[in-house]
Amino acid sequence: MSIEPNPKIRVRFLKAGKIRFVSHRDVARIVERALRKVRLPVACSEGFSPRPKISFGLALSVSHESDAEYFDVSLTKAVDVESLALQLTEALPDGLTVTAVQMLEPGSDSLQETITSCTWRIEVLDQTVESVQKAANDVLSSSELLLQRVRKGKTSEVDVRPAILEIAVEGPTTDGVQLVVDLSTETISLRPDELIVVLGEDFRLGRVHRTHQWMTVDGARCEPVKPASSSTRRELSNAS
Amino acid sequence: MTSVWSQLEPLLTNVQKPARYIGCEGGAKAKSPEQGLISWCFTYPDTYEVGLPNQGLQILYEIINERADARADRSYAPWVDLEERMRENDIPLFSVEHHTPVHEFDVLAFNLSAELTYTNMVNCIDLAGIPIRTADRSVDDTLVIVGGHCTYNPEPIADFVDVVALGDGEEIVGAITDVLVAWEADPGETRQELLRRLAQVEAVYVPSLYEARFEDGHLQQIAPRFGDVPAVVEKATIADLAEWPYPKEQLVPLTEVVHDRLNVEVFRGCTRGCRFCQAGMITRPVRERPADQVRTMVADGLERTGYDEVSLTSLSTADFSDIQPTVTGIMDDGEDAGCGPVSVSLPSLRVDAFGVGIAAQLQKAKRTGLTFAPEAGTWRMRQIINKLIREEDLYEAVDAAYSQGWSRVKLYFLIGLPSETDEDTLGIAELAKNCVALGKKHNKRASVTVSVGGFVPKPFTPFQWFGQNTSQELQRKIDLLKDATRKMRGVNLKWHDPKASLVEGICSRGDRRLGDVIEHVWRNGGTFQEWSERFELDRWIEAMDACGLDVDYFAHRHRKEDEPQSWDHLSAGLHKDFLWQDWQDALAEVGLEDCRWTPCYDCGACTGYGIEHVVASAKPPAGGSQGTGQDLASGAAVPVTLLPKKNRVRV
Repeated sequence: MSIEPNPKIRVRFLKAGKIRFVSHRDVARIVERALRKVRLPVACSEGFSPRPKISFGLALSVSHESDAEYFDVSLTKAVDVESLALQLTEALPDGLTVTAVQMLEPGSDSLQETITSCTWRIEVLDQTVESVQKAANDVLSSSELLLQRVRKGKTSEVDVRPAILEIAVEGPTTDGVQLVVDLSTETISLRPDELIVVLGEDFRLGRVHRTHQWMTVDGARCEPVKPASSSTRRELSNAS
Repeated sequence: MTSVWSQLEPLLTNVQKPARYIGCEGGAKAKSPEQGLISWCFTYPDTYEVGLPNQGLQILYEIINERADARADRSYAPWVDLEERMRENDIPLFSVEHHTPVHEFDVLAFNLSAELTYTNMVNCIDLAGIPIRTADRSVDDTLVIVGGHCTYNPEPIADFVDVVALGDGEEIVGAITDVLVAWEADPGETRQELLRRLAQVEAVYVPSLYEARFEDGHLQQIAPRFGDVPAVVEKATIADLAEWPYPKEQLVPLTEVVHDRLNVEVFRGCTRGCRFCQAGMITRPVRERPADQVRTMVADGLERTGYDEVSLTSLSTADFSDIQPTVTGIMDDGEDAGCGPVSVSLPSLRVDAFGVGIAAQLQKAKRTGLTFAPEAGTWRMRQIINKLIREEDLYEAVDAAYSQGWSRVKLYFLIGLPSETDEDTLGIAELAKNCVALGKKHNKRASVTVSVGGFVPKPFTPFQWFGQNTSQELQRKIDLLKDATRKMRGVNLKWHDPKASLVEGICSRGDRRLGDVIEHVWRNGGTFQEWSERFELDRWIEAMDACGLDVDYFAHRHRKEDEPQSWDHLSAGLHKDFLWQDWQDALAEVGLEDCRWTPCYDCGACTGYGIEHVVASAKPPAGGSQGTGQDLASGAAVPVTLLPKKNRVRV
């Protein structure tokens, strides 16, 4: 006898503006309330304290913005995802905008398992394009980059070079230099605030924006859900 | 209007919990700051997480924003990390809606619910760039207004505030706004002129227009300095809660706060007459919200906010006339609306099986802990405080709780009550032990958490004459309980810091001389005194010494009947001789019935204002009126001695 698994949807959203100061955990609570507001038939866990079955992807640090955040929701019955993006955006506070909703194939991997790397736009403050370019070249041409990490009170040295997939210097901003970087999220991962330390001890991090989360399908990288077509996006921006 | 956002934003990356400072809550009113609107900034003088849920401020915030001629923003005390950076960068206190500097508002209005926030209030005024003392403010400076339960004795903070709004704020804020609108149209020359006009508003007290006279270190009188200023300021009381269905759009914060749920106030006031309880005394009479309005507010609120939990708030929600059908209705409405299961919580549970029955209906899942407040360990002591819960009542309630699946019971007690003996204190441990034994019959892991707090006498209560226990004495009683419970398996003891209770005691009945003390503590870095990691008693003792004031005199001394009190020029409606008689009854270990179901004692709260209790049902609450000395359900009297009415002093 097989039990029919709950249907699942995957939601893609962006986080921008003042709400970037709200933590990942708080965003999860905000999403829970929004799902109740639109009365989505969310499946709940069993037991004494049933919790809605929502799973989020990789956490986004407080104060970072993103075009590509995701969460999966298990449902008690299939729903029409057509109008859901707009409804959810209306139920969410300003700065959280749902850009696409998709039904998931049964048996899909979780977001945590799926994502292999992220693309970030990072601002380095108070530096020149030349100095940042030189630092990037040094990093990319090195074979080993040791970073000290403190976890549970223990300090360890990790070679983070394998986690740095790409660094491109885009050009100057008002306050510094814009970078676009690809960082791995797999076995050896690296966060933007760690990358900045690797680039230069006196480098300071400015605005950070996640533009993509990537998964690998048949050797090629692709996004878990593509944002809806531009016409829908225009509609969304009008609505917000 | 200016905004400090562009200066603030870069600082937020490096402070704890930056979401405290961004606003953006669901239900926030971002009324555009046009010229000519009277602007209020409602401020809670503690962190955002503590201050945001404050229902009083949310109610007034909506009422002002509904007016065509006014608008309101909110602000909160920034935590010390951000405050330091704000001062370094010359960023003043700001509102969370528009990040407007608070000194650009016409009014800075604080809710004062705890004495330990006084230094934070001073800090907020200073951080706003407003002179901290009313005497140093000019005609153009922002008006500093305070309200809330602490303001029934505002004398310790009299030097810092321009206006005190006494009692229910709903109507006062409108009346104050009217005066400010008229002032804008026809402004006078001086700040005092404005304050004189404001002093004409009902329930408004302007401390600077009164002189506090001292002789030989004792307060003699606080009297108006001008003929047009009232000698006694009466509190404001709204007659009918149904006319005030606020907040209509409760704020939904983006970050977790305390009481993070929908709150609907089901009634205001309390007539149980617990003698230690200031809230019960000063908010009389009872004014119930109609049950159908409660249901509508809950249903609309849940749908709008997405919360799955609602708290029905009041001082004793199980006493709400229609509590049973209301609770059932709310849970049915929730399911009909397809919002999923809704959990309903009651902030205070009655100590009886009826209360547990309601709790069982409310908490179908998650039966982890249930809280009761017997308040004292012996029947003698409970007669003194007029919380007439029999031991059987408690055991019945606790037994019902364990038998219905709860495994942990929390019991609240006060120590340091009038005429308390060690036997009374140890009675707390005895009750806890017996409760655990009852629990073990149902659940091997049954436990009881005993939480004890030091009693702080408050103005406008029968205990206002009582000298508070010293912090050493409170600590000794805590140690007694620690020893007694050490070997009791399943009993966990928790206690509040007696040193913090001492500072509360100094301030709660203190007079105008404490202004210097508060300023001294603030200048020495004593902010966020409600936070144990920031509180230091030594700073207060040092400040008292520096100002030549005696701790014993303010906190520990028993007061004489005819001694002038620093709140004699204010009135909560209660007759002073009613309170004194009730104090004498307390010392005689005599209880007093709930006046909701018995003839009026003429405490003054109804008769003085020509209002009365507003209740949906003249019948006693289901399950009887337990804990009030009456057992109305069964018609039997509980063993309480009640003084014959003729012996009572009447006005």
